[in-house]
Amino acid sequence: MLKIKNLSVAIKGKEILKGINLEVNPGEVHAIMGPNGTGKSTLAYVIGGREGYEVTSGEITYKGMNLLELSPEERACEGIFLGFQYPVEIPGVSITSFLRTAINEQRKYQGLDPVPPAEFLAMMEENKKLLDLQDKLANRSVNEGFSGGEKKKNEIFQMAMLQPSLAILDETDSGLDIDALRVVATGVNNLRRPDNSAIVITHYQRLLDYIIPDVVHVLYDGRIVKSGGKEMALELEEKGYEWIKNSL
Amino acid sequence: MDTSIQTYNLKERLIEQSLSRNIRFPGGDTPYVAGVRHKALEQFREIGLPHPNLERWRGTDLSKAFETDYHLSFDPAGKGVDIEALFKCTVPHFETFLVAQLNGWFVYNDGPLHTLPNGMVVGSLASAIHAHPGLIEKYYGNLTAQSDEGLTALNTAYALDGMIIYVPDNVSVEETLQMVNLIDSPENLMLHPRNLVILGKNAHLRLVQCDDSINHGTTFINAVTEVFMDEDSSLDHYKLQNKDSHSTLINTMYFEQQQGSRLTSNAMSLNGGIIRNSSCVKLDGENASADIYGLYLMDRNQHIDNRVFVDHAKPRCHSNELFKGVLDDHATGVFNGHVLVRRDAQQTMAYQKNNNILLTDKATIDTRPFLEIYADDVKCSHGATVGQLDANAMFYIRSRGISEASARILLMYAFAAEIINKISIPELKQRIDDMVKKRLRGELSICDQCVLQCSSQEKKADFKIDMSKI
Repeated sequence: MLKIKNLSVAIKGKEILKGINLEVNPGEVHAIMGPNGTGKSTLAYVIGGREGYEVTSGEITYKGMNLLELSPEERACEGIFLGFQYPVEIPGVSITSFLRTAINEQRKYQGLDPVPPAEFLAMMEENKKLLDLQDKLANRSVNEGFSGGEKKKNEIFQMAMLQPSLAILDETDSGLDIDALRVVATGVNNLRRPDNSAIVITHYQRLLDYIIPDVVHVLYDGRIVKSGGKEMALELEEKGYEWIKNSL
Repeated sequence: MDTSIQTYNLKERLIEQSLSRNIRFPGGDTPYVAGVRHKALEQFREIGLPHPNLERWRGTDLSKAFETDYHLSFDPAGKGVDIEALFKCTVPHFETFLVAQLNGWFVYNDGPLHTLPNGMVVGSLASAIHAHPGLIEKYYGNLTAQSDEGLTALNTAYALDGMIIYVPDNVSVEETLQMVNLIDSPENLMLHPRNLVILGKNAHLRLVQCDDSINHGTTFINAVTEVFMDEDSSLDHYKLQNKDSHSTLINTMYFEQQQGSRLTSNAMSLNGGIIRNSSCVKLDGENASADIYGLYLMDRNQHIDNRVFVDHAKPRCHSNELFKGVLDDHATGVFNGHVLVRRDAQQTMAYQKNNNILLTDKATIDTRPFLEIYADDVKCSHGATVGQLDANAMFYIRSRGISEASARILLMYAFAAEIINKISIPELKQRIDDMVKKRLRGELSICDQCVLQCSSQEKKADFKIDMSKI
């Protein structure tokens, strides 16, 4: 699915990622943990294709393609979804029309006709129910005046609607209460299929009680310094990141 | 009679022309109106035409517009014209009381002036001079006499017709009054339409002013409107401007507000060669409020100038200015906001904001929000921003699979939505929402609403963006 080889990335000349190696196979959920400022969000943005990040060395292949050559929208159309840590407000544009536009542009890329209105509405209903979202949400402007929790739920709702093959969730759990956390987990678990993958970036072990990862990585100072099974998350929670720092 | 005004020494010729015995100005036989006109002409003689050396005209250069040879039309053009044939409002379910002006003349079939069962007077200003001398002598020229604007003096000196609206005390006008200003002439025209709006105590009115033009020539429109709002009255006012690129539209409005009156004025400028919207508001009674909004979407060589002057003359008044605009290509813009808080106007609240997006490095905006405060217990703020589309938001939208071009439109629309959402008439809001979307997609031509369907279709305005649908 996704292969990252020796990836180094700089922002304005400052090196943030220093040789990342990561391989995510179909069906796997990977968790990336680590203290603040170690490059977790940078990694998510580089996979998403955000401008302003200079890849100084290494490569990313996704489904056999050179991912770094694709624009952000092409990556999305190829099935990559990025759940934002700080979702952006788009006043005046309803979630419904935003999602319909996104789905239809993706379908156009894939050579498909626009989604029939009835089918689209059915999808909306199904996912609203699944994520326990209020009916009126769909008519509200994208993220405008949303609470922190609502914004994160809306990210998961978009993900559920867009059905990506690879979802990258950048600290989607931060600032959420336990109910919202369950919603996020439901969204991710529902997407879990043998041909789909997810990368869950998180600060805390808490989310991993609900989304059981196949592999846990610790990112520290721009490098993946430790990888292991789901038990490692618990160990990290117990011993703290000092444990990693000291062992380096 | 049609008279051509050569531009060589335009000012002198305009003065000379207006003194000609051949022109019969309306109300020439009433001492009050003749006096107002005479004073205005003297004032124009003194001040003259605007030029960029004047502080309040810095940024808007009319010299090119003054180079055209204009015709002045002195023959009433409004009688027996079928409004429905000229203009069909395409806003669905938008039930309005529709009135129109053609080349500055009030359009009518069955009499130029109407008094409705509720006592409201609507019709031709020229006719009202004799029919309602009480209103005219009490209000006409009252606010413009206090102005030192040369073009306003010229308008008063040259005013031939326009519209009068009078809403008596305690009357709420249910229907929205829609005033359509049409220009239809093969000639280059210079017009000085004049409107007078009077709201009695606790009177309420919604007024939509649409400026459209179907003209093969060049037009210079110098429109002046005086608005008097008595105690606890309210006016919900909209200006929708969609004009051809070789027209100059100077729209100057003077408002005087008494205690507890509430004004909302929203100017939406979608196309036009040179547009200048000037609003002068005098808050002359306690607890009056004025919300002045504007949205402008300009491209090519279009120029927009929004000027607001709010005079907080009495305590506890509230004013709020919000103007937002997107400028593409070589388009230029000016925003001038001036709030004056007089010494006794304690507990004034006054806010000014102007936000701009420049899409190219050739587009420019000159923005000057300005506060002048002499009272010490006030809440005032002012601010302006000039920027490009937010890179963060662009990435967010594109990361959902939406193309860069569509993402730009979505963000421009989102930027404009704040002003569109201020529109309190749902049908109008929907219509303007559609027009803004079309404008941003490059699909709105100035002929969009017109039923004349003349052959000179304006080149479609284009923000260099193409997309299927938002």
